[in-house]
Amino acid sequence: MSATPEIRARFKLDYPGFALDVDLALPGRGVTAIFGHSGSGKTTLLRCVAGLERAAGQLHVNGETWQDGNGFVAPHRRSLGYVFQEASLFAHLSVGKNLEYGMQRVRPTDRKVSVDHVLELLGIGGLMARKAEGLSGGERQRVAIARALLTSPRLLLMDEPLAALDLPRKQEILPYLERLHDELDIPVLYVSHAPDEVARLADHLVVLDAGRAVATGPIIETLARLDLPIRLGEDAGVVLEGVIAERDKHWHLARVNCGGTNFWVRDDDHAVGHRARIRILARDVSIARSQSADSSILNILPGKIIEISDEPHPAQMLVKLEIGVSPVLARVTRRSAEALDLEPGNQVYAQIKAVALIA
Amino acid sequence: MAIVSDGMGFSAADLGAIWLTLRLASATTLLLLVAGTPVAWWLATTRSRWKAPVSAIVAMPLVLPPTVLGFYLLLAMGPHGPVGQLTQALGLGTLPFTFWGLVAGSVIYSMPFVVQPIQNAIESIGRRPLEVAATLRASPWDAFWTVALPLARPGFITAAILGFAHTVGEFGLVLMIGGNIPDVTRVVSVQIYDHVEALEYASAHWLAGAMVAFSFLTLLALYTLNPPWRGRK
Repeated sequence: MSATPEIRARFKLDYPGFALDVDLALPGRGVTAIFGHSGSGKTTLLRCVAGLERAAGQLHVNGETWQDGNGFVAPHRRSLGYVFQEASLFAHLSVGKNLEYGMQRVRPTDRKVSVDHVLELLGIGGLMARKAEGLSGGERQRVAIARALLTSPRLLLMDEPLAALDLPRKQEILPYLERLHDELDIPVLYVSHAPDEVARLADHLVVLDAGRAVATGPIIETLARLDLPIRLGEDAGVVLEGVIAERDKHWHLARVNCGGTNFWVRDDDHAVGHRARIRILARDVSIARSQSADSSILNILPGKIIEISDEPHPAQMLVKLEIGVSPVLARVTRRSAEALDLEPGNQVYAQIKAVALIA
Repeated sequence: MAIVSDGMGFSAADLGAIWLTLRLASATTLLLLVAGTPVAWWLATTRSRWKAPVSAIVAMPLVLPPTVLGFYLLLAMGPHGPVGQLTQALGLGTLPFTFWGLVAGSVIYSMPFVVQPIQNAIESIGRRPLEVAATLRASPWDAFWTVALPLARPGFITAAILGFAHTVGEFGLVLMIGGNIPDVTRVVSVQIYDHVEALEYASAHWLAGAMVAFSFLTLLALYTLNPPWRGRK
């Protein structure tokens, strides 16, 4: 355990009306999403990691101690990048000077991230001479991300970097965030209350509720837990990872192989062999006892019922299936569950109405 | 300008008063920017219960008659006052009726005109830019110079202009603690008073007119120059 890079964070903070009390062991690489509703303590947790908020506790990041019983490293001495929710560029500086601000304060020998690479990665090479004021919301946030990256941080903290943007701007930035994830080996703590962002970007998930971590684990396992969908509501569903195995040019479809189970999705021009992530929402999965031959549904797959649990609304139940090795959640009515006599262990067919290729 | 006996133009005494006034206002403004900034910073960022009392004390010169302020300063800086004892112990003598005594009085008298604009500017910036700077490796001191100061620049310009102009315009306080000593404490406003007392209305007109012009130009500069980006928020 101690050999693998990791982040250990234990914080206790008491404010009137709000308390944060977490003890987390997070992987030292990849994207860890910190998910929760507003007021759950996500931002406070991130600020504690940055040292902007002073909580009692301990923080170790990949071998460095930033806080323990004996000491507290000031925020500006921590090798971290922080992307704030709203545009946080310095209004009195040009884009170029904003980008240099952090980089200049890092010793040249510690500058591991290439400027050209970051500019190219975030598509902001042409903005250098502009003033922060003149940029669009999406551009500002990309510059803010680049500015944080150019300090070559050992940990990148992102506080809902897309929340202040409208949908088209979000769509504009998400691909950049994905490339970040794929091309730079910097661990990221990504705060979000948007399940679609989490499903798309995260490798690891921490669910916060009222200042406590109610779940933490790899995203695929954690999203497939039956006790969490309650908190996710309509967005309950699983994420699966696989590769594009085949492209059907005629029907514009692509086959994604996830651990031996094949899902057909819309062909989004990804090459065969491309690593793909798909998302299947519980509300898009229905269950049949037999394989219907005359359905419009493309993905009808045999699976086994693992577990059935109640939903907040008495009309609904949540069924966890295993299709090959892939977990899938299905939301069915209690009436259907009884009519079909669904029990754990049953062999059934999952009729998956929508499979979204999300990355 | 030449010395004119019929009251046209400025006399040597007038020019001495103008020079003294400019020196006094410059020294006061510089000292206030240095001393007022930490006070403004503290007032803008503190959550202490002392904030209200300290704000009230800083603002007092706005409402107190200058003679009241001058009276207490005279006592405090006099040979038996606490400040006077201190300056004597330091071998500086006593401050009343000296240039530096006037500077000390003016610093207190013009304090709110410098502290409040700076405080407002710092408050309007908020904590966020400084937090951003910290996450970009800037120490608090570094962030003060490279982020807070440039962003608060309009506030500092306003503070400097108001502090300077207000010091130029003081009269009652000067009379109380400075008296009327040529080239030491006789500032323009006192000189005008002297001219009027002596019924030298033409001379009084020159100086008074200059003050009107100065005040107008100062305020014009304030409203024209001022904040290049504040209004656009």
